[in-house]
Amino acid sequence: MSLLTTIGLMPLIAALIIGFLPKLNDELIKRVAFISTTLIAIASIFLATGFDRSQTGFQFTQSNSWISAFNINYAVGIDGISLVLILLSTILVPIVILATWHESDVGRWGSKVFYILILVLETLMIGVFAATDLFLFYVFFEAMLIPVYFLIGGYGSGEKSAAAVKFLLYSLFGGLLMLASIIGIYVIAGNQIGATFDLTQLAKLQIDDTTENLLFLGFFIAFAIKAPLVPFHTWLPDAAKSATPGTSVLLLGVLDKVGTYGMIRFCITLFPDASKTFTPYIITLAVISILYGAFMAIGQKEIKGLIAFTSISHFGFITMGIFAMTTQGMSGAALYMVNHGFSTAALFLIAGWMIKRRNSSTISDFGGLQRVTPVMAWMFFIAGMSSLALPGLSSFVSEFLVLVGTYARYPVAAIIGTLGIVLAALYVLIPVQKTLHGPITPGNENTTDLSLREKLAIAPVVAVIIAMGFYPKPVLDLINPTAEKVVTTAGFTDPAPQVRK
Amino acid sequence: MLTAPQLTYSLLAPMMIIFGAAVIGVLVEAFVGKARRAAIQLTLTLGALTLSLLQLWSIRDKFSTTAAVGAVVIDRAGIFLQGSILILAIVAVLLVADQDNFVSKASAIPGSAEEAESIKTGDQQTEIFPLFLFAVVGMMLFPVSNDLLTLFVALEVFSLPLYLLAGLSRRRRLLSQEAALKYFLLGAYSSAFFLFGAAFLYGFSGTLSISGIAQAVEAGAGNNIFVLLGIVFISVGLLFKISAVPFHSWTPDVYQGAPTPITGFMAACTKVAAFGAILRMFYVGFADVYTEWRPIITTIAVITMIFGSVVAIAQRDIKRMLAYSSIAHAGFLLTGIVALNKDGLAASLFYLFAYGMATIAAFGIISLVRNSAGEVTDLNQWVGLGKRSPLIAGAFAFLLLTFAGIPLTGGFVGKFAIFSAAYQSGNIGVVVVGVLSSAIAAFFYIRVIIMMFFSDPQNDSVSIIIPTVKSRIAISTATITSVALGIAPSLVLNTATSFANFIK
Repeated sequence: MSLLTTIGLMPLIAALIIGFLPKLNDELIKRVAFISTTLIAIASIFLATGFDRSQTGFQFTQSNSWISAFNINYAVGIDGISLVLILLSTILVPIVILATWHESDVGRWGSKVFYILILVLETLMIGVFAATDLFLFYVFFEAMLIPVYFLIGGYGSGEKSAAAVKFLLYSLFGGLLMLASIIGIYVIAGNQIGATFDLTQLAKLQIDDTTENLLFLGFFIAFAIKAPLVPFHTWLPDAAKSATPGTSVLLLGVLDKVGTYGMIRFCITLFPDASKTFTPYIITLAVISILYGAFMAIGQKEIKGLIAFTSISHFGFITMGIFAMTTQGMSGAALYMVNHGFSTAALFLIAGWMIKRRNSSTISDFGGLQRVTPVMAWMFFIAGMSSLALPGLSSFVSEFLVLVGTYARYPVAAIIGTLGIVLAALYVLIPVQKTLHGPITPGNENTTDLSLREKLAIAPVVAVIIAMGFYPKPVLDLINPTAEKVVTTAGFTDPAPQVRK
Repeated sequence: MLTAPQLTYSLLAPMMIIFGAAVIGVLVEAFVGKARRAAIQLTLTLGALTLSLLQLWSIRDKFSTTAAVGAVVIDRAGIFLQGSILILAIVAVLLVADQDNFVSKASAIPGSAEEAESIKTGDQQTEIFPLFLFAVVGMMLFPVSNDLLTLFVALEVFSLPLYLLAGLSRRRRLLSQEAALKYFLLGAYSSAFFLFGAAFLYGFSGTLSISGIAQAVEAGAGNNIFVLLGIVFISVGLLFKISAVPFHSWTPDVYQGAPTPITGFMAACTKVAAFGAILRMFYVGFADVYTEWRPIITTIAVITMIFGSVVAIAQRDIKRMLAYSSIAHAGFLLTGIVALNKDGLAASLFYLFAYGMATIAAFGIISLVRNSAGEVTDLNQWVGLGKRSPLIAGAFAFLLLTFAGIPLTGGFVGKFAIFSAAYQSGNIGVVVVGVLSSAIAAFFYIRVIIMMFFSDPQNDSVSIIIPTVKSRIAISTATITSVALGIAPSLVLNTATSFANFIK
């Protein structure tokens, strides 16, 4: 059993242990959940230290036969991109647990079920990024929906069950389209090289153009729903508004990354020709997402809705970077996924604390928080600045890389995309001004500042945001070789810079 | 002088054991005192089913077309189907054995003093057991019949007891009797179509045996119109039994009216038997004229999938909803017929078993949801069940996810297998429709989960009763098997693959 499998199983074991704890002892359940996820985070950092950067193939691989009739294997392995996403997931989970310590108290089924769901979800998140067998990936991809569905429906607020259903149905619909494509590629593999779901084998198939385009679309729509791209995005704001802040962090920070990760790992790797065909359209969609998300965010009156729409804009950037098909764009997109994970986490967690203290999520209800709760206000400010990609904070590096990488091939798209940064200044600065500055709105006078627990939870996130802004090299070193490999095996070379006299 | 027919008793024994036990059951009903009758009947039934299964296991590698003078063909696929029917029947009979679902005296008029008297004295008739066994033996014969007459006899042998069983519900008897009558009338009608088709095929090939028809079809000697007419009319009879659209209209009424354990048994085992027979007819008998029938069956599959999924959304009664869900599943299973390759056969065998298990478990659980007047099948009253009985509601939610075909359930593996077989044979359109209607179908399964888990109970009158030991064994066995089929399907899947073989 490889270390990767062990790490993947750890949350499941923790969930089992929690299953046997007494139901009413909330504090004990929370502690066990927090300690075990922290251990998992440490174990995954240990995994990263053992990762050999000079190799571009999968590492920590393991393969066991699972369903022999279809040659389905439990096959896992990681390369640079999947490693950083696993790190993102495992590091965010304990932070979320610590930050939202009381989130589960008011839920439908109590804290025991809540933490079991979170831990099961963590196993599935690790699995989805680690799977190197297409079928296994699909199983994780779909199974992930179930815990999230119960987390939103059982512990959320407002129109939670409608939001949960909308989320589930959108995702299922995309997933089933992908299933049709998976069946297609499986049958084609069966005719050409023998039935297999092994990714490296599948990448070698020769598929005729029409079929490849259709299969590509099946995958792409599923991923475009997951990493919401206009026009497949309508589920996200509802889900984000209704879910608890912690669930939202995992949903937008990690789960939606499965979409963009899938575009890199499956769309481009398995269907390079079709990717080439569709790239112009996808870039257009991405640019629309950037602008649409930004405009919608500016118009939001609700703080969670605002963060959701900023994410749609950010996912536009990520998708643009991926389909620019340059190494810089690809690296930038992969780095963007990590950075967006942390900055969204910061935004959602702090927004969650603000909402809980004020009992309202309307932006105009806040005001003057800078004076009442300076620490919380500063943290929100830094998170906001990270979201608008202020130089010196993590998002800047990735956004810059994406734009540079896109400009090399699609200058017009890159230029329009840059508008997104200008709009980002608006959608961040306006709420920052409304909530943090100005006179103290009635009802805010007695708001308490962050507790020690909350400070401890947010500190690592902000630390990562600042550190990655100045020194992104360790993560980029992990990503770069893989990004290069994806671009070159898809048959692209970086366009040479042209200098005119 | 007449020579006695040569019978290979060992190969026929699994069916003969059940048949014999059914006959003995009738005698027990007549001669044993009512105090001990139920126990004896249950023991007899379970014993016969188990014995038959053991005998089936011992002949699992045998092939024969002459076991009963050509009327019956014993082959791998037939044995798998018979085994599935027996296993599902063993689970189902444990649910049936909880007799408070059944009318105590079928001959008493609903609401009469006689009925009240028989309930008061506990004078429970137990004719359900022999009827059950007769149905099982008909179902076992159906997929191994090698000529159209035997096929017809088997059809009637399993249908008639089912018509009766459907009318034996203790509560809401008039609804139950109406369902039974409807089932009977439409069933008789479809049997007539079946016979009509058989006549055409006989006219075409000069033989009633399926392998004979296959040879005639292969030789292409006669008039092709007769083959096509024969196929169409025979299909009507068979498609009626699997409730494919447009021959489905009995399904919701009968599913709703019949006693719930019988609905479970019928939904699971009839599907196995009828699909077994359809698979044999099309894979063996009509394989060579597939260009003629494939468009028809494809169309029916597509309509059935879409219709079942869409109409189920509008249902407010859990049994009716599962009836439409079973219609949708019939559509998915028909893609296995359209596939017409070995993978399609293996996938169908697996799918039938997995679907049957989940269905019996689901109806078992439905029969536990009660208020003071009896079973509650109105979905609005299921609200909040998850809060009261999280374990059973959780199991039911899992079964719904199985029907929806979410990964890590047996339903998903079955769907994947059957769709990939259809894709392999080039029927990509039907796969796309199948996948899309799965997405539609997911909606109503999930809605039930929402009702059970995401809302608070509105009244206290509805609750999940504590199941008896028999029900508990049946429901937990079926649920655990369903879970296992999702996580580790290899055993059954490989068995199905190695048994996916028809002989001519």
